[in-house]
Amino acid sequence: MTLAAEIDRADEALPQKSRVWAKLRRNRTAMVGFVLVVFFVAIAVLAPVLPIADPTATSWTDVRSPPSAQYWFGTDEIGRDVFSRMIWGARASLLAGVISVAIAVAIGLPVGLIAGYFGGWIDQVISRVTDALLSTPFLILAIALAAFLGPSLTNAMIAIGLSAMPIFVRLTRGQVLAVKTEDYVEGARAIGLSHPAIITRYILPNVLAPILVQSTLTIATAIIAEASLSFLGLGQQPPAPSWGSMLNVAKNFLTQAPWMAWAPGTAIFLVVLGFNLLGDGLRDALDPRSD
Amino acid sequence: MLAYVGKRIAIAIPTVLIVSLFVFSLQHLLPGDPILVLAGEERDPAVIEFLREKYRLNDPIPVQYLAWLGNVLQGDLGISWRTNQPVLELIGQKLPVTIQLAVMAMIIAMLIGIPAGILSAVKKGTVIDYTANVIALSGLSIPNFWLGILLILLVSVHLGWLPASGYESPFVDPVRSLQTMIMPAFVLGTALAATLMRHTRSAMLGVLQADYVRTARAKGLRERRVVLRHAFRNGLLPVVTLSALLFGELLAGAVLTEQIFTIPGFGKLIVDAVFNRDYAVVQGVVLCTAVGFIVMNLIADVLYALLNPRIREGL
Repeated sequence: MTLAAEIDRADEALPQKSRVWAKLRRNRTAMVGFVLVVFFVAIAVLAPVLPIADPTATSWTDVRSPPSAQYWFGTDEIGRDVFSRMIWGARASLLAGVISVAIAVAIGLPVGLIAGYFGGWIDQVISRVTDALLSTPFLILAIALAAFLGPSLTNAMIAIGLSAMPIFVRLTRGQVLAVKTEDYVEGARAIGLSHPAIITRYILPNVLAPILVQSTLTIATAIIAEASLSFLGLGQQPPAPSWGSMLNVAKNFLTQAPWMAWAPGTAIFLVVLGFNLLGDGLRDALDPRSD
Repeated sequence: MLAYVGKRIAIAIPTVLIVSLFVFSLQHLLPGDPILVLAGEERDPAVIEFLREKYRLNDPIPVQYLAWLGNVLQGDLGISWRTNQPVLELIGQKLPVTIQLAVMAMIIAMLIGIPAGILSAVKKGTVIDYTANVIALSGLSIPNFWLGILLILLVSVHLGWLPASGYESPFVDPVRSLQTMIMPAFVLGTALAATLMRHTRSAMLGVLQADYVRTARAKGLRERRVVLRHAFRNGLLPVVTLSALLFGELLAGAVLTEQIFTIPGFGKLIVDAVFNRDYAVVQGVVLCTAVGFIVMNLIADVLYALLNPRIREGL
């Protein structure tokens, strides 16, 4: 077999999109996760056109009203519609989840590729820095960064992204170490391809599957982290709605208006469960051993 | 074995130094001049100059770092801006509270997670396994501050069984201490129980297929004895080390749990420090947490090597 044919065969060995999708569809729990994720993405995207109340409009005559036909999930301490705030809160949560993971992958993936591919002192330095960052618990690191950067949703996303980044460095590096000794990579090197060409054409496609799984699971963690930071007052700032800050206020009115805590808490639980189920399902679907 | 411990410590030292560099650089993330924040609203030029000299801010950054590191190595983490107390003293006061919470949470997590993991592995593919997995995944997905709120609503507000907040030292009133801490410990332990369950299950699934377990069964031993005496002992190994590694998660979870139940611990210290712009305390807490985690990691590795002769001898 010629070297080019060998390299093409390696390309064919990549997971087939349709095969992965078929396996995912057979996994009932993963499909529950998928439906939950699609549902929350849909309400987040459609929030501006849905026929719901203004999430920041107050009504002093309807302060802490229990759920009713007019206010499905009741109203909060200044008469805002909890249902509408929950829908709009999905935007902050999903945005925080997706953008912080995008930041983490955008930095972690190339750094992990460089560490794993080149090895040597570059790898040593990157690995020690990664170890150091991983030694600080995710939320404490995010709180510290958010504290020094200042409280806002943007800074919370940056803080969460930077805190999640070392996970991707370590994961990518490990994958590259496994892939770079494969025959097709050795072959590509032997025919004189440049390092960037080898990395982008032969290494990157083979490390993407675990990154995709980890990204899905990290979105779940990032959504909880954003809700936690907002709950502590370090994320989305009032009056903009966010599930974490809604719970922060709700905890002060547990006896008078328990409904204020139900909607945002259930929403966080369901969306995080959705990403976790989908991530677990993707892991199984992308694992060739599960065939 | 000593060589292994030495090698692990040699790897840990640069990690600690990088953490210290990171913690030191945090203050440079502050928008504007940090001294203007420290100098308060009056911004007296004399005070500003005094603070600049005191914190060596007129020196180049590497010199500032070395001076700061020198102080840290002597146990000087700075002074709290709000209480005027040394940061190390503050941490020393709050840490025992969080350790009590963390230990109780870990006990609850082990009592739930390990038996559930064993049961799930033994009954693999059955309704029990499926239910245990769904509960574990739900435990991982439920934000602990929401679970805390729900429990306060049910147990404290509706049933009136336990206090919703507060703290009492176990050395002063053990019963009251248990009453105030059991609910927060349960909240903190839930996510850990889920993690432990998933790891115990996968470890037990591996061990249950091992040859020696098949031999034990072939000898005619009762299933209960095979699982608990033969499989569990070996399956427990990764779970023991994992428990040490969960320390970081416990501390991060404690931040929120202490906030909900108003427990005056380590987690509440960092949150209060953030809102009071008490940056020395924030830096101190992050540094202590990271060093604590690195030490726990080291202990976990050594423990694993001690328990597993293959690792010890392969060094």
